Amino acid sequence: MGRYVLRRLLQMIPVFLGATFLIFFMVYALGDPVAALFGDKAPDPATAARIRKDLYLDEPLWSQYVHYMGQVFGGHFGTAFNGQPVTELMAGAFPVTLRLTIVAIVFEVALGITLGVLSGLRRGRGLDTSVLLLTLVVVSIPTFVSGTVLQYVFGVRWGWARPSVAPEAPFTELLLPGVVLGLVSLAYTTRLTRTSLVENARADYVRTAVAKGLPRRRIVVRHLLRTSLIPVVTFIGTDIGALMGGAIVTERIFNIHGVGYQLYQGILRQNSPTVVGFVTILVIVFLLANLLVDLLYAVLDPRIRYA
Amino acid sequence: MPEPCEPLQPCEARSDTSSDRPVDLAATGTATLQSGPRSRPWRRRPLPRLRWRAAAPRPATGGPVPGNRGLWSDAWHDLRRNPVFLLSALVILFLVTIAVWPQLIADGNPYQGNLAKAQDGPAPGHPFGFDLQGRDVYTRTVYGARASITVGICATAGAALLGSVLGGLAGFFGGWWDALLSRIADVFFGIPILLGGLVFLSVVTSGSVWPVVGFIVLLGWPQISRIARGAVVTVRQQDYVLAARTLGAGNGRMLLRHIAPNAVAPVIVVATIALGTYIALEATLSFLGVGLKPPTVSWGIDISSASTQIRNAPHMLLWPAAALSITVLAFIMLGDAVRDAIDPKLR
Repeated sequence: MGRYVLRRLLQMIPVFLGATFLIFFMVYALGDPVAALFGDKAPDPATAARIRKDLYLDEPLWSQYVHYMGQVFGGHFGTAFNGQPVTELMAGAFPVTLRLTIVAIVFEVALGITLGVLSGLRRGRGLDTSVLLLTLVVVSIPTFVSGTVLQYVFGVRWGWARPSVAPEAPFTELLLPGVVLGLVSLAYTTRLTRTSLVENARADYVRTAVAKGLPRRRIVVRHLLRTSLIPVVTFIGTDIGALMGGAIVTERIFNIHGVGYQLYQGILRQNSPTVVGFVTILVIVFLLANLLVDLLYAVLDPRIRYA
Repeated sequence: MPEPCEPLQPCEARSDTSSDRPVDLAATGTATLQSGPRSRPWRRRPLPRLRWRAAAPRPATGGPVPGNRGLWSDAWHDLRRNPVFLLSALVILFLVTIAVWPQLIADGNPYQGNLAKAQDGPAPGHPFGFDLQGRDVYTRTVYGARASITVGICATAGAALLGSVLGGLAGFFGGWWDALLSRIADVFFGIPILLGGLVFLSVVTSGSVWPVVGFIVLLGWPQISRIARGAVVTVRQQDYVLAARTLGAGNGRMLLRHIAPNAVAPVIVVATIALGTYIALEATLSFLGVGLKPPTVSWGIDISSASTQIRNAPHMLLWPAAALSITVLAFIMLGDAVRDAIDPKLR
């Protein structure tokens, strides 16, 4: 187990470096951070040159990247254009997005697995067909459409939820945005649970359990569901990272001051330290979530042993 | 997994890994770009959940089909009787037609506005009402199909071509190229797609469809290449490929005549479903203001400008949103039906 974790951690290093370098390249080579610093005004050439020298921007890109990464591992993410340290922005933004992601994940897990099990156990019947069709429809509605429409219906028309979330973003106000964020993933979770359940229902160990005369409920919950949930767990693990990064749209619609909001502002103003810093953290979250999922395999399926 | 299977050992687990993965991926609906990576078939980790499915019937790639019909004619036979397929194919046909000739059903000008009618509701001759600039929402919705369909088809074609060539060659030859490609694909999967799109497209000033297409191809090919690689690895181990090799077939002939026709099915399924998600991705990027830009007529742009006015004039948002959702739905349903036809195992 220890060796496996070590090997996986080592494998993550090139992926991490590649992904962050790609983002670094896009931000620093395709855009011009010094010009962005001056906004719409043209910078004085001498001042621009001095800033470039101070910020190591006159060096080749790879050496800028090495310098940046050295600073990141020392905990220095630089300062945003308004003088605020990026770490301060992160401390404000990440808890909010984390709460939003938790709401979304809880929603998609609870409802998705329930629906998936219900339709998987009644394969080919009316409920199954309608759930499958419904999930297809949900998948085809992009988040920005469902977000705007639900915000209008629930927030404005009926007044059930607040259409715009306060800066503190307590859980109660994040319910509607969380549902919006988790909606597409909910459809995937449902379909994945159903497919996996249907495939495993024909497995030998299920037939054995039936032959032993176990009650149906116990067969479904203890025997069938436990193995069927493994791909679902994989999906949810990768989804955590994707939801945190993909919350840009939801956070923009509901005015939530989380990671997506800061990133969006950073990208619009070409605020390079903010963008690269946030994306670096998101990539780490994403990779760690994947590792965690692989380790969870062993817990869910006792036949798996990592050597 | 570049190392070849030992001939005497059962290779069930491995070949199943590669044959089941693409199917699983498609079975979840899609591996969307919005939510990032789904499966990594070549990770050197045990994939035991596939091991106990080793006995399950394979997708009929290349195997003899009873009734003397091949995979494709069999699939076509199924598809013609599938109402979901017929419906979605009709919708897509309609969308492609109006993307090419929008004048067929809308004779107005999508750019012509009358500020006196700004945000007005439906009127005779203008069934969907008017937008903020007093332009006819119906005409704009019809003309918006062109951008979405162009981006969807071009991006899918590009990603499928690039992905299947790179992935197919990696699966066929193995070795260091295979290992390198896996790592490169991992890197691309590590970047959340929406973030990558925002960063990459925010520095592009052109408002045409081509930067968006290029970006989607750039981040979409690894998904296809994984599928293609897995399919090729499976097919490569089949007896008839070994037979062709023994008879002295060269690499080119093996790839084109024996492997490609039998490995292309999963790629087609995933690409069809991906087409729908690419259209949604383009609209999302346009909504965020970095994808297509005016004067291009696009559903994403129209929804974005309507979303601030939703309290006064919800019709401005609902029509383009409905058109977008129906388009995505049609492509996803088509992919779903094609998957059911090509891979009857899941029924």
